[in-house]
Amino acid sequence: MLRIAIDKIDSLFDAIAEKQTLYIPVDREDGAAEYKKYESGMKMSNSLNTLRSAKDFFFPQTENLVEFKMEGKQIEVKDIREESEDFVIFGVRACDARSFSILDKVYLVDPVDSFYKNRRDHGVVVSMACTRPAETCFCSAFGIDPTAPEGDVSCWNDGSYIYFEANTEKGKAFVDSISSLLEDGDASSLENVKAETKRILSLLPLSNLSTDSFGGDKLNEYFNSEKWAELSESCIGCGTCTFVCPTCQCYDIKDFNTGNGIKRFRCWDSCMYSDFTKMAHGNPRISQLERFRQRFMHKLVYFPANNNGEFGCVGCGRCLSKCPISMNIVKVMKALEVK
Amino acid sequence: MQEAMINKAKQLLADGTVNRVIGWKKGEFVYDITPAIFETAEELDADFVYNEFTAANVSKYLVKESKKEGKILAFLKPCDTYSLNQLTKEHRVNRDNIYVVGIPGGPKLDAEKIKAKGITGITGIKNENYTLKIETVYGEQTMPFYEAISDKCASCKSKKHVTYDELIGEDGDVLESNRFDMVEKLENMTAQERYDFWRAELSKCIRCNACRNVCPACTCEKCVFDNPESGVENKAASNSFEENMFHIIRAFHVAGRCTDCGECSRVCPQNIPLHLLNRKFIKDINSLYGEYQAGEDTTTKAPLNAYTTDDCEASIVHERGVE
Amino acid sequence: MQVNDNKEFQPLIVAFCCNWCSYAGADLSGTNRLNYPTNVKIIRVPCSCRVNPMFILRAFQRGADGVILCGCHPGDCHYTSGNYFTRRRMTLLFSMLDFLGIERDRTRVEWVSAAEGAKFAATMNEFTEAVKKLGPNRRLEDLRCKKQ
Repeated sequence: MLRIAIDKIDSLFDAIAEKQTLYIPVDREDGAAEYKKYESGMKMSNSLNTLRSAKDFFFPQTENLVEFKMEGKQIEVKDIREESEDFVIFGVRACDARSFSILDKVYLVDPVDSFYKNRRDHGVVVSMACTRPAETCFCSAFGIDPTAPEGDVSCWNDGSYIYFEANTEKGKAFVDSISSLLEDGDASSLENVKAETKRILSLLPLSNLSTDSFGGDKLNEYFNSEKWAELSESCIGCGTCTFVCPTCQCYDIKDFNTGNGIKRFRCWDSCMYSDFTKMAHGNPRISQLERFRQRFMHKLVYFPANNNGEFGCVGCGRCLSKCPISMNIVKVMKALEVK
Repeated sequence: MQEAMINKAKQLLADGTVNRVIGWKKGEFVYDITPAIFETAEELDADFVYNEFTAANVSKYLVKESKKEGKILAFLKPCDTYSLNQLTKEHRVNRDNIYVVGIPGGPKLDAEKIKAKGITGITGIKNENYTLKIETVYGEQTMPFYEAISDKCASCKSKKHVTYDELIGEDGDVLESNRFDMVEKLENMTAQERYDFWRAELSKCIRCNACRNVCPACTCEKCVFDNPESGVENKAASNSFEENMFHIIRAFHVAGRCTDCGECSRVCPQNIPLHLLNRKFIKDINSLYGEYQAGEDTTTKAPLNAYTTDDCEASIVHERGVE
Repeated sequence: MQVNDNKEFQPLIVAFCCNWCSYAGADLSGTNRLNYPTNVKIIRVPCSCRVNPMFILRAFQRGADGVILCGCHPGDCHYTSGNYFTRRRMTLLFSMLDFLGIERDRTRVEWVSAAEGAKFAATMNEFTEAVKKLGPNRRLEDLRCKKQ
């Protein structure tokens, strides 16, 4: 398998960054990790995952769509779309790598979202297998193997080398472009690393979380559940869970009046907010209970109903550690679960 | 403590003083504790928890809860009682419908600080003589207790309960705190340094609005930021201006009413030190208009609802400190 | 209103003036044929107390390089106490802007009575000069609002 010694990783990053924009996870001063555009000298973070998910690369929080200019009775419509630059995201974990395929199911089906597709076409996802899963991890519940991440290229780290395996055409081209820096080497040590990670996974507190009782066919049962009142009563209605979520895909389109024209943009929306899906007649979900229910029903029931049983959650655990009042999808699943 | 609280709650439920209890419910791990309402002794026995991670201030929930039928028992830490008093002063809660049992407060711990040490896979945390013994799937780890103390408790302003119907344990005193140290440090920087500091911090903002929604002083039925006619963003982290606008106005709207409970910074998913903005207002109010602690009582006028004819002029800002 | 591009920088000044004193003061300076810069755009408000802190920030967002708030002298408020509240609010707001590193000299409160046309003109001249020295507002600008 192709590999590079870990102490030479900087030279690899430098080589990639010379040709295209490279993003790697780096540690922030406060200890959290975030993706940053690579500049020579940056050190890749060792932490399990970034605070914000990697969906930002394909589906940024705010994005300009179109501009209008009025002069007299003339309206000029300006198409501001530009071809995205080629970029590489390095070190995406298995959960985030899967989240892209979930987003694809929303944005790459007819009608195709050209903004999303543009970025998706130009981005190469280099994923990295997990070796130190956290207590908040539950990706296994959604059939994700953190020792075999998806993405254009998958990587493994055995402590001394990073191994590369291309999964797609785009991935192959990427590996070819850096092949001069890689060497062929024995990958048998990876088996031990994977086995150890799997052993840890089985020890995690959420390792026995099951999705068996959820799915598209349970709509009425769960929608009308009496548990929602209790589950949602402490929800403060902020958007933290939705904004750190790698799979939340709702957005709102707004016009900003610049004083000399209109900039139409879209921004992430959150079903937790009072103006979510607000229409002329008002809001279809008037209580926090309904908004709260929407989020979890979407991930556990509506999404699988429309996507051959695939759930809209990847178990990254961000909402578990970030919710101000520690209410999250795991607690909801355990409370609702019909045994 | 937890046991004494459960017993007290059961007793008050049994004798009909209250018909429900607001407290904290245990979660999946040791630290993910959710504020919750308990109605029966069985629920209390099963899930009620009070430990180093019950940092959440439950007083804001009383805005809604105190309007419901019957009295609710609220266990309040010293800092939470300030919030409740302030809400009482603003007629946002029906104090008659709340039975407050004062409980000793922090210091509470911040799980994020433990995780920032690289400790992961946490399955249990014990405090032994101010050393945390942390059970993880990777083996036991230790760290000093004080390094995991949450920021809001690290600069505790008071151990005194300013309102209660009953106390468990002794009441404490108002403390000499170091809470304005960081504000002062910033004030002594140059304008450029301050600008760079805040740009770095506020540019992390993802506009989740958690700081606003958790704040016990932010109780407007409809926030100005949620008004689509206001022309300001309620959820888009558009640019530096919107970030500044939101955070200035958020802090301004609670100026003179903020009790400095520290919830805004505790909940910020991006770890922005938002309490510094609130403390700047508190510090200015104290130095310009006389010492004032919001929530200390229910009668005095808030400093921005009051004036004296010999107040300083706004030009004082231009004359003092570092440019 | 930034004409003569390649000459010296012309700041845009927004002046919130209370209806009863400062706006009348501005009128008086006009009828007295006193000069004050065309950079100053006056927005009339019922009382200086009407000025929400958001107005000040909004002015900066929409391209102002300096914002000045004028009202009746303390004690002379048409509504008896409005300007006292203004005084506290603006002191705190300006202090906060300063805390965030935004140039403190871009903001000002000045009391101008209906009889002080000369003071109005002098204040505006002086403030415009001060802002001109600071250059364009960069720290509280909204790039979306820039003319393209």
